[in-house]
Amino acid sequence: MTRSTVSGAAAASRSRRSRALGRLVFLGPGLTYLIVLLLIPLALVLSYTLFRRGRFGGVVYEATGENFTRLFDPLYLDVILGSLRLATIATVIALLVGYPTAYLIAMLPRKWKTVALVAIVLPFWTNFLVRIYAWIVLLSGPGLVNSTLGELGLGPFEFLYNQGTIVTGLVYSYLPLMVLPLYAAIEKLDPQLREASANLGARPARTFVSVTLPLTLPGVVTGCLFVFVPSFGNFIIPELLGGGRSIMVGNLIRDQFLKARDWPFGSTLALALIAVLVVLLLLQAWSARRA
Amino acid sequence: MLQITGVSRRFGDVTALADVSLEIRQGEFFALLGPSGCGKTTLLRILAGFESPDSGAVTLDGEDLLGRPAHRRPVNLMFQSYALFPHMTVARNVAYGLEREKLPKAEVRSRVAEVLEKVGLSAMAGRRPQQLSGGQRQRVALARAIVKRPRLLLLDEPLSALDKKVRAEMQLELKRLQHEVGITFVVVTHDQEEAMSLADRIAVFSAGRVEQVDAPVALYERPRTPFVAGFVGANNIFSGRACSVGLASDGLGVLPGSSDLPDGTPALLAVRPERLRLDGGRDGEGVLKGEVADVSFYGGVSHVSVAVPGRAEPVLAATQGATPIRAGAQVNLSWAAGDGVLVPQ
Repeated sequence: MTRSTVSGAAAASRSRRSRALGRLVFLGPGLTYLIVLLLIPLALVLSYTLFRRGRFGGVVYEATGENFTRLFDPLYLDVILGSLRLATIATVIALLVGYPTAYLIAMLPRKWKTVALVAIVLPFWTNFLVRIYAWIVLLSGPGLVNSTLGELGLGPFEFLYNQGTIVTGLVYSYLPLMVLPLYAAIEKLDPQLREASANLGARPARTFVSVTLPLTLPGVVTGCLFVFVPSFGNFIIPELLGGGRSIMVGNLIRDQFLKARDWPFGSTLALALIAVLVVLLLLQAWSARRA
Repeated sequence: MLQITGVSRRFGDVTALADVSLEIRQGEFFALLGPSGCGKTTLLRILAGFESPDSGAVTLDGEDLLGRPAHRRPVNLMFQSYALFPHMTVARNVAYGLEREKLPKAEVRSRVAEVLEKVGLSAMAGRRPQQLSGGQRQRVALARAIVKRPRLLLLDEPLSALDKKVRAEMQLELKRLQHEVGITFVVVTHDQEEAMSLADRIAVFSAGRVEQVDAPVALYERPRTPFVAGFVGANNIFSGRACSVGLASDGLGVLPGSSDLPDGTPALLAVRPERLRLDGGRDGEGVLKGEVADVSFYGGVSHVSVAVPGRAEPVLAATQGATPIRAGAQVNLSWAAGDGVLVPQ
């Protein structure tokens, strides 16, 4: 009796051990990848925030808090707030353009849905840089848009190198990331709920506000996050379309590392960026749980 | 009250409705019965305004219904899947339709409370639909549809998602409610027992056409088309030509039946299993003779299937309670002429 219980417990512990081993086999590769390529570099970069800069780059391991005080220098604070502003505007525009697009695609007959979705992701098949350069070709002084307008006796206009161009580039680049989660949310919505709303006397606009929008809110939040996150830290689009000044926090970080050779302060800016994004992700997780 | 005239609807090659005309009376409990895909749901969706017919007219109390968008029709629909709003409480679901009428808040609240009381869900007002059982959801859907006091209430397979026991309860409750609120009910169903027990009149649909419109008893006892004879209840169907005493059948001689069809008309003879008399043993009097192939006992009734030479399918007879007859026995089958119904083919 006792013996069988003991051996049963041993068997149980053996099976527990083998299950843990099994998990490790499956989790191992992903875990190794994350630790070696993400966690360790991240920890390294973040540890720089506590030290002084070396004269020609690198880090002098001498503790200091001045990197964080510098973060609140209006010079840099403005860049961070400016990036927040541009990323927010881009996100709002992407949402306003993306929602109707996703809605229309979700209403298409099945075979056209696939065609439309392929068209949405098609730009991703071309190199990102090439697509941004294409905008320069389109919008530059003697570019395609200006020469066309010139034939009509208009212009030339200065389209490039301002904040509007940056927003245009951000919206253009990340719009598909808005459309796809919205499409998934709208497509999943039972069409009978809209019919029920109409049947109970609601006009189409009321149905949208009271039924469709609240029930697709998780898709809205996800889409906004997908656009906001890469927009906020972006440095290629402001560099190419914004005229190369340090307009967004991404450029600032890049410049701190590569031009100013101030690795600790660059790391501090990176930490600030990560902190903002983590807060946003937590908000999204919270809203998804509530829905 | 509700007048449907010559309504047709095609989807590509499929004819969902072919020239359907029906008249539904004030306060009536009317059922559209048919196998799935027969067009009955399409008709319901046309009445609700989610679908438009290719041709035909629909009027409600003399007013044209088809010209109005769905949200302006005095017609409410209870969806098969209930379509309750998952992000709203039971009370908010029920209040939704009244809020659209811009009624004062106090009136909305009192009418919601009243209708929830009527369906026995007052205690659930604050719950979300996901927290309710199937039967409770069905009652919320019903409450949401009747709270607007529509002139016409449409119910799409209202009981199909419920298990058998709850379904029987809800059938009674539906009928009680219909009496109480006095609204005209049009229910779509593929379940003939449901249609029989609920409805005052039934329209049987097949392939987009109305086969017969009648009260349940008349539909059961006097089917007018071969489809109705085969679809409504179990029937033994023989084919042949009408003659003065019944049917001159193909291969089984003259079978008794009553009809006013001219002699020689191609026809079917339908006899209900419970109208068949069985007697065993000797070469007694009988319309048909055969050997018992199988006996199944169902408690209240037993089904005896009899293989009759000259006929492919067995003849089915139903007897009250248990039967002493065993498989392999030779039996005689007979029925009264009044129980054989002739249907033109």
